Amino acid sequence: MKENLLLLVSLLLGITIGAFDLAPMWLHNASLPMIILSLLVLQVGMGVGSMDNLGRMIRSIHWQMFLLPACTIAGTLLFTSLAFLFFSNHKLGDIMAIGSGFGYYSLSSVLIAQMKTITVGPAQATQLATIALLTNVVRELLALFGCKYFTRKGSCFAAISIAGINSMDVCLPSILRAANDKTLVPVAVFHGIILEISIPLLITFFCQ
Amino acid sequence: MFRILFLLFLGIGIGYLMRNVRGIRHVEKTTRLTIFALLFVFGITIGSNHALLNNIAYFGWQAVVIAVFGIVGSFGASYLFNRVLTRKGKQK
Repeated sequence: MKENLLLLVSLLLGITIGAFDLAPMWLHNASLPMIILSLLVLQVGMGVGSMDNLGRMIRSIHWQMFLLPACTIAGTLLFTSLAFLFFSNHKLGDIMAIGSGFGYYSLSSVLIAQMKTITVGPAQATQLATIALLTNVVRELLALFGCKYFTRKGSCFAAISIAGINSMDVCLPSILRAANDKTLVPVAVFHGIILEISIPLLITFFCQ
Repeated sequence: MFRILFLLFLGIGIGYLMRNVRGIRHVEKTTRLTIFALLFVFGITIGSNHALLNNIAYFGWQAVVIAVFGIVGSFGASYLFNRVLTRKGKQK
């Protein structure tokens, strides 16, 4: 909760500083987000690699676990494509790319901004990246706050699936608490890892 | 995209090799700080785009619709997943 608040504060602080043109030039460097993102991905990898029970977790992977991330991807994309009916001003591919963030707002928005800048120019790319950011922020917040509700109405898998990428970090404690089942850790973490790998693949695919 | 995957696996490799180094535990903390920095810089990009900021309500509503559709889809898919899994469990 405090974490989310801090995330929101850093975003709002950035928006405020940007809105009043207070940011020094080096903060406007176009390659800065990609550099920070690279650092982030490297650190996420280091976190996974240095886990105490990495070996045990890999051994506990059952083939059925591959199905949950696949279900999340299929379900999300299928229904996200329906949103196209509301927004005919966007391309279907763009909406699918936005939906492919699975709650990972930082990665998805930066990726979409990068990809789309090449094809449609920076102005429209920033628009799409902003929608992607907001969409995935909303998804993460609803997943986090609705964790108990989704577990009760659906199953523990519903909470994991809706959390998307956040099933491995931000939402993990809430998922475990709502289901009262610690054995969900490998499923949830694995779900997050597979989605994390699939996000760049899907976004690249839909942005082309 | 390959850069992202490469960095991810490079990180996993480094993390695995350094798993006994005490400092590696701090990587969680620095990851969080990096996310803050990323959002901060992204916020600046949004904020300095005044045309975008003026339309935040318009973008926000689109974002909510797309997010809710995604969530409903995930919920439905996980429901099917759970059905298949429990049916298999009963057969055993």
